[in-house]
Amino acid sequence: MASIFQGIGAATAISSSTSFDSKKLIFSAPRFHLEKKGSFLVVRSDGKMSNGISGRAEKLVTNAVAAKADAPAASTTSKSGHELLLFEALREGLEEEMDRDPRVCVMGEDVGHYGGSYKVTKGLAPKFGDLRVLDTPIAENSFTGMGIGAAMTGLRPVIEGMNMGFLLLAFNQISNNCGMLHYTSGGQFTIPVVIRGPGGVGRQLGAEHSQRLESYFQSIPGIQMVACSTPYNAKGLMKAAIRSENPVILFEHVLLYNLKEKIPDEEYICNLEEAEMVRPGEHVTILTYSRMRYHVMQAAKTLVNKGYDPEVIDIRSLKPFDLHTIGNSVKKTHRVLIVEECMRTGGIGASLTAAINENFQDYLDAPIVCLSSQDVPTPYAGTLEEYTIVQPAQIVTAVEQLCQ
Amino acid sequence: MAVCLKTSRTALHYVRTRPGPAFTHLLNRTFFSCSSHHCNPRIISTNEYRVHSSFLGLGSRASQHSKALKVEDHDHSENEEWDFPGGKVPFTTKIKFTDDSSKDRIPCYRILDNCGQQIRSSTSEMISKELAVKLYSSMVTLQMLDTIFNEAQRQGRISFYLTSNGEEAINIASAAALSNDDVILPQYREHGVLLWRGFSLQEFANQLFGNRSDYGKGRQMPIHYGSNKLNYITVSSPLATQIPQAVGVAYSLKMEKRDACAVTYFGDGSSSEGDFHAGLNLAAVLEAPVIFFCRNNGWAISTPVTDQFRSDGIAAKGQAYGIPSIRVDGNDVLAVYDAVREAREMAIKEQRPVLIEALTYRVGHHSTSDDSTKYRAIEEIEQWKTARNPISRYRNWVESNGWWNEEQESELRGSIRKQLMNAIQVAEQIEKPLLADLFTDVYHEMPSNLQEQERSLTETMKKHPQDFPSGFAV
Repeated sequence: MASIFQGIGAATAISSSTSFDSKKLIFSAPRFHLEKKGSFLVVRSDGKMSNGISGRAEKLVTNAVAAKADAPAASTTSKSGHELLLFEALREGLEEEMDRDPRVCVMGEDVGHYGGSYKVTKGLAPKFGDLRVLDTPIAENSFTGMGIGAAMTGLRPVIEGMNMGFLLLAFNQISNNCGMLHYTSGGQFTIPVVIRGPGGVGRQLGAEHSQRLESYFQSIPGIQMVACSTPYNAKGLMKAAIRSENPVILFEHVLLYNLKEKIPDEEYICNLEEAEMVRPGEHVTILTYSRMRYHVMQAAKTLVNKGYDPEVIDIRSLKPFDLHTIGNSVKKTHRVLIVEECMRTGGIGASLTAAINENFQDYLDAPIVCLSSQDVPTPYAGTLEEYTIVQPAQIVTAVEQLCQ
Repeated sequence: MAVCLKTSRTALHYVRTRPGPAFTHLLNRTFFSCSSHHCNPRIISTNEYRVHSSFLGLGSRASQHSKALKVEDHDHSENEEWDFPGGKVPFTTKIKFTDDSSKDRIPCYRILDNCGQQIRSSTSEMISKELAVKLYSSMVTLQMLDTIFNEAQRQGRISFYLTSNGEEAINIASAAALSNDDVILPQYREHGVLLWRGFSLQEFANQLFGNRSDYGKGRQMPIHYGSNKLNYITVSSPLATQIPQAVGVAYSLKMEKRDACAVTYFGDGSSSEGDFHAGLNLAAVLEAPVIFFCRNNGWAISTPVTDQFRSDGIAAKGQAYGIPSIRVDGNDVLAVYDAVREAREMAIKEQRPVLIEALTYRVGHHSTSDDSTKYRAIEEIEQWKTARNPISRYRNWVESNGWWNEEQESELRGSIRKQLMNAIQVAEQIEKPLLADLFTDVYHEMPSNLQEQERSLTETMKKHPQDFPSGFAV
C-alpha cells in the first residue's frame, strides 16, 4: 500500500492564488506547477503514521476511534473542533479544495443555485461562479463525458450524480473512458475526476432510486471506489479523492446525510485505500461500510451485553480492499462476518469473501458469513423494504452462530 | 398547486419574490427532497431566459431570471404571445404539423467545381502557394500512407487497419485551418489531422506495430493514435464518446479564456448515438467553444444513411439544439478549409459551438475486417474513387495555378513510398513492450493488488517459458 500512499502524499499544496500559468496547464508534465506550500495531515485510522509521509506531515491528529465504548466513531482528540452534519462536511471538504485549487470544479444537475438535491453544493455557486459550479442538462453520459474531457485538459472536475442509480446512464463513459484512457493513451492523459452521489436504499424511494452501484462498478479497472459513513471520513475522503490523480468514485448514502459529528478545525484528509477501525475486539471480525456500519454498531451493543467482543471495521475503500487492516483482524479473531447492503449476487461482499478466502484461508476457523440484501429490486412498501435490508437482529444471530 | 391557468390571469400574479433557484422544473425530479416551498408555483418572467452573458462571469444567473411578471400582462386585447418558460411564442389558430423535414435541403458550400476549377462567384480568399502545395503533398502522403499500411495488414504484418480513402480533403484541410493549440478529439478516421500536425511516419508505424516506441505502449489496436504534445486525444473505439468529452475540453478552455477551441470528429453513424445529442445540447447550453465536425461519408459499415436517420443529414440537427450549422462539400479542399476557419473564429470569438457537416464518400472498406463490395455497387465505389476523387480534383486547381507538375508528383510519391517502407521495417524490428507495461498506468501509481498480479505472472512465465511468446522480455 505504500506506493499509493506516497502518491497521495505527493499531491502537495498548490499556490492558493487564483491565477495560474495557462501555458503550462495543458499537456505539460507535471500537469500543474506544484509548489510545496503549507501542510496537510493524513490520518490513519489506527493512529499510526505511514512511513511514506512521515517526512512531509508536520502535525498529526491521532484518530481516537479505538474507544471500546460503542458510540459511533469519535474522530478527534482535539478539544476545539466544530459540529456539523455529514452533507455539510462534504461541502466543507469540497469548498476547501475549491479554494485551494482553482482547477477544481463541480458539475451535475441542480448543483448550482439550487445547491444540489442534498444541499452538498449549497452556497458554492454564488461563491465560485456559474462556470465552476455548473448546472447541466439532464444527460448523465454527457456531463460525465464532459468531466472526463475537462480532466484530460487540466481541470479537476467533481461530477455529481443526483442519485447514484442515474450513473448507470454514464456507465459507458465511466468504464470505457474514465477507467481506461490513462492506460490506453500510454499514460499521456490523466483523468483526475471525482464521481460522487447518494446511493443505497433510502426510505421508500422505489427500486430505481435504491441502487447499490458499487456492485456494478467494482470490476472497472482504473478506478478507485470509496464509501463514506461519518462526517469525519466524508470530508477527509472528499478531499483525498479530489487530490488523487486517479478517477475516484465516492459513494455517499441517502440516509446518512444528516448525521452529526464534531470534526477537527485543522485540515486533514483520509487515506483512500484504508479501512477504519470502528471498534477493536477479539471474537469476530465484522466488515461493513456505509449505512450498514450503524446497524452493525447497534448489533454490537446487544452482542456486548451478551458477552461477545466483536471487532468492527468500516472497510471504506471498496476498490481496492484494505487487505492489510482486514488481514490483521482476521489473524486475530479467525472469524469473519461481512454485513453489506449490496445484493447477494456480485456485490462487494461477494468479492470481499473471495479475497479473504484466497489470502487468509489458513487463519479462518469458520467459513465467512456474508449478510446481504436479497436479489430483489427494492420494493416501495415500507415493511417490505425493511425486510430487504440486513437488520441488527440478523447480525446478532449471525455472530452467535459464527462463534459457536 | 391548484392554479387553473385557463380561467384566471390573476393567478399569474402568484409569484415568489425571494431570490433563489432560477427556473421551475416542470417535472420535479427532486421529489425526495421536496420541502414545502418547492411545491409552490414559482412563475418568472422568461424574457431574461436567453441572456448568454451570464456564463462569462461570476454573476449570479438567478437574479437575472427571477423577475416578477410585468403588469402589461393585464392587457386582454393582446392575445398573440405568452410568457411560457423558455420564451414568448406566437399563437396560431390553425392546426398544422410541421413537415417531417424541410422541402429544400440545406445547400452545400463549395468553392471548386467538379473538375477543380474555382467557381467564379465564390467568395473565399485565395490561399498562398506554400499552403496550397503543403495541403496537396499532405493529402498525397495520407493516401499513400493508407495504401501501404493497408497492404501491410493484408500481408499479415499488422493485425488491423482502416483507411481514410476518399476523405483526404476533410482530414488535411480541416487540420490546416486550425491552430496547434486547438484540442482534437477524433473518432478514428482522422489520422490525416495528426499527420498535418507533425506526427511522423515512423510514429504512425510504431503505433500500428504496438512496439516499445509506441506512445500508447502497445495497449491499443492499430489506428488508435494519441499524442498529448500534438493535442490529439487518444482514439477510443466506442462511437461518439468523444463528443461530450469535447464539450468538457471546450469548457476547460473557456474557463481559462484561451484562444483555442475543441474540435471533435465523428461520422454519420455516430450521430445516432445518444452521446451526440446530449453533447450538442450540453455545448449549446454551456456556450462552449467547440466545433462538431461530422464526416458524412454515406456509410456506417454496411448501413447507408437512409437507414441511419430520416432528417436532412446532420446539418439540419444543429438548429434543433440551437447551434449554427453548415453543410460543406467534403471533397473540396478549399471549401473545407474556409468553413473550418470561419467556424473556429465563431467558436472562439463568440464562445459558442458550431456544427459542420462535410459530405463525402467512404471509398475504402470500413476497415480491413470488412468487404464493402458485399453491400454496395462496385460502380458506385469506382465513381467516387476516380471521377470524384478529392485529391485529383484539388490537383487540377493547384496545377492550373502553376504550382505543381508531374515531375514533382512522381518525386513526392517515390520519396514517401521509400519512407513508409523504411518506417514499417524499422517498426517491425523494435521490440514489443515490457511485461511491466501490462500493469503500469492502470492507476497513477501501481497499487499492491496489481503488483501482486505482476509478480504472479512473472513467476508463471519463468516456470513455463515455452508457453509464452518467445522473445517476450520480462
